[in-house]
Amino acid sequence: MTLSRDTVTAILAPLLVAVLLIGGWEVAVTVWRINPFILPPPSAIWRALGTDFDLLASSLGLTLAVTVSAFALAAVGGALLAILFVSARWVELALLPYAIVLQVTPVVAIAPLLIIWVKDPFTAMLVLAWIVAFFPVVSNATLGLRSTDHNLLNLFQLYGASRWQQLWLLRIPNALPYYLAGLKISGGLSLIGAVVAEFVAGSGGVASGLAYRILEAGYRLQIPRMFAALFLISSAGIVIYLLLSLISHLMLRRWHESAVAREN
Amino acid sequence: MRPVVRLAGIGKSYTTGTEALRGVDLDIAQGEFLSLVGPSGCGKSTILRLIAGLGEPTVGSIDWPTTTVDASGRPERSLGFVFQEPTLMPWATVAANVALPLTLKRQPRSAVRPLVLDALAMVGLADFADAYPRALSGGMKMRVSIARALVTRPRVLLMDEPFAALDEITRLKLNDDLLALWRDLGFTAVFVTHSVYESVYLSTRVVVMAPRPGRITADLTIAGPEVRDDVFRTSPTYNEECRRVSAALKEAMAA
Repeated sequence: MTLSRDTVTAILAPLLVAVLLIGGWEVAVTVWRINPFILPPPSAIWRALGTDFDLLASSLGLTLAVTVSAFALAAVGGALLAILFVSARWVELALLPYAIVLQVTPVVAIAPLLIIWVKDPFTAMLVLAWIVAFFPVVSNATLGLRSTDHNLLNLFQLYGASRWQQLWLLRIPNALPYYLAGLKISGGLSLIGAVVAEFVAGSGGVASGLAYRILEAGYRLQIPRMFAALFLISSAGIVIYLLLSLISHLMLRRWHESAVAREN
Repeated sequence: MRPVVRLAGIGKSYTTGTEALRGVDLDIAQGEFLSLVGPSGCGKSTILRLIAGLGEPTVGSIDWPTTTVDASGRPERSLGFVFQEPTLMPWATVAANVALPLTLKRQPRSAVRPLVLDALAMVGLADFADAYPRALSGGMKMRVSIARALVTRPRVLLMDEPFAALDEITRLKLNDDLLALWRDLGFTAVFVTHSVYESVYLSTRVVVMAPRPGRITADLTIAGPEVRDDVFRTSPTYNEECRRVSAALKEAMAA
């Protein structure tokens, strides 16, 4: 298999930047003798990742469990809510303001309350992450369901399509690219929501996700471990984004302009 | 002979106050090729949509005198509709697009496939059943749209300026192919266009309309041979008929 020049560039260029950044960081810390409590060298972070691996991996597991559950609920709930919105206008009018209220209220501000209200910390974090994640799905899916070609709707009417057929054969396929774009945003937000929720919940001393490890390592001045946890969070975010991009590409590559291969 | 569709005293007003149609009487005869010609806003598309049941006339009635009534008491309007745009579903293959009218009527898959391939063969796209619309040219997309309208073998084919967005060469070819289908399948065609030349070439009858409010100002039977081709297009008859329709159109615009 031969890789095209673009593909090679797409892989090599970011890699080169990474090497330069990490190398420069390592050199700078050594040359200027920066205190490792302020900025540890990449090599120390790498060592911390190795020695604390079991601890960090189990924390990563918890954070990912919250993230993935919140994302799944946002993906399913957002789609169902959007379908409800376009099926009955009054439902949208009744609920949309509250969806917006949830969206614009900073999650850190409601987190302490939710932690008090909801006994189980996992559930509390899940709810918080979901609040952050579900809005892009609802709003994108609703837009997609609504932006159906008017003539196609007429055609369905002409042939006596049922509401169910109109939804299933026309509105949902039409909304798919919008929905998938919403999921891509929501995937990253689920992780951010989970981490923010943990910061609040973790300060209560109940959870042990990656955010809690960051706080804990900060108190103990284990700065390399702090960076190692941060590194894992970013990596998880990148993997989530890449996975969702791949799924989106596979579902749209046959027909949607955003995903089809082009000759020119 | 009783008409296929009878429009009696049709008026259509919108809530905005616009009067799209006033006092339209029109009998559409079995097997004729009828063109509606007129300037923008004369309501020719509105007539087509009313016949299709996409909206109700404000006054007047639309009857299908020769048609049986279905279980719910509505006339079984056996019709196909071709829009100005191809109006295909980009996520579905050409075959799935053509199959749509049958799919919506919940016909079994095994019965649908041969009908779809047959319809595609009629428009010369037998080899493109599994392609996606985006891979097709504008003319080919319009052929798919026509195949979809004909897959149910409707008695009436309604077309709303179907070739307006196509280039001249493609349009002339599609005109000939449409006429061949009309002769072979024997459907009644109602064709909306703003082109006098296109209407004369295709039609057995041209109805000229005037705007504000939309109404019929002339109803002309077109003299022409059974089979129309380049010979007809360059004949004195064709020229004379074009002149007649143009004159009627000019009168309609002045009225």
